[in-house]
Amino acid sequence: MTRRQRRMVLVLVLIGGVGIAAALTLEAFRNNLLYFISPSEVVAGKAPPGRAFRLGGMVEKGSVKRAKGSLKVQFVLTDFAHSVPVVYSGILPDLFREGQGVVTSGHMGPHGVFVATEVLAKHDAKYMPPEVADALKQAKRTTTSQVGAKP
Amino acid sequence: MWLFFHKLGSPKHFYQLAGRMIPWFAWACALLMIAGLIGGLVLAPPDYQQGDSFRIMYLHVPSAWMSLFIYVTMAVSSAIALIWKMKMADIIAACSAPIGASFTFLALVSGSLWGKPMWGTYWVWDARLTSELILLFLYLGYMGLLVAIEDRRNAARAGAVLALVGVVNVPIIHYSVQWWNTLHQGPTVTKFGQPSIAASMLIPLLLMGLAFTLFYMTMVLIRARTAVLTQERRSQWVRELIEHHE
Repeated sequence: MTRRQRRMVLVLVLIGGVGIAAALTLEAFRNNLLYFISPSEVVAGKAPPGRAFRLGGMVEKGSVKRAKGSLKVQFVLTDFAHSVPVVYSGILPDLFREGQGVVTSGHMGPHGVFVATEVLAKHDAKYMPPEVADALKQAKRTTTSQVGAKP
Repeated sequence: MWLFFHKLGSPKHFYQLAGRMIPWFAWACALLMIAGLIGGLVLAPPDYQQGDSFRIMYLHVPSAWMSLFIYVTMAVSSAIALIWKMKMADIIAACSAPIGASFTFLALVSGSLWGKPMWGTYWVWDARLTSELILLFLYLGYMGLLVAIEDRRNAARAGAVLALVGVVNVPIIHYSVQWWNTLHQGPTVTKFGQPSIAASMLIPLLLMGLAFTLFYMTMVLIRARTAVLTQERRSQWVRELIEHHE
């Protein structure tokens, strides 16, 4: 083996070793790296009891209820398998709307209600002009109404 | 091919070749950037959800791409320098670091400014944002290491090892949004199948990406030329060059 080949092997071993070490470390910290957990995990009892954590999911359509004269808001977070009711008092981000993904942080209150102290909006990876979005919505509506019209 | 590789490795040939390439890269970069900016800021339609705020993407996304691209370039040059003992590869790696650090900083700041109106916060410690911050520290650590060690060859070797160790962070940054739940959204352009972005918005983004790449190439060649002159100041060809200028 020439010296150059030996150096080549050394560089490869270095990268491989660091790669394996990183993979093992990340695997060990797997759960700590999750920024938020889903409603299904909360229902399955995986939420840390009595401790603050983050809950992420989709705001269920038609579930947002605002209290008159205050910033209190109530909604249901869902991952389409399970859902968790959330109460929050404060200013919501611009992108907060029904059918939109959000990440809330807080703790489980009584009766399985999540008491949020912060609500962040998670925007999707789709970018399109408003006319296209409207057209897509229109197309969806017509197809669903056609399906619904069938006997 | 090998001849080209060897010629590139010789400081004198690199100096001459880079000098001829710089104006081409610079002009191409300027034209593409103007086209990309007009396309992105004027011609592209506003987003259906984010309105005009999404336009910061034309700065944020290419910066983030470059932060990764430059790091990989640095790591590859470092590997070449370690294995083939090529002086020019060390110079390219060292000259790339401050440019890469600047792009990383730009990506973090523009992302933060974008996050406030859209997510509702400037910063969160999710996997994507945290790993990009670690990338900035890697760049800064690399630059610090090169300055801290006085002997030039030792400094280059230590820096090369650090650059190679740090390259493990690059796939982590790229895949962080798929491996873990993050506040940062998933990939838009590099998705399998169709990118989930309208063509009128995507084309300016790609133009900006190309313009940023050319900007990096222009900058790194200018910096490397200066570094070559400083390093080879005692050699015959540099002396002749200076006398010729006087």
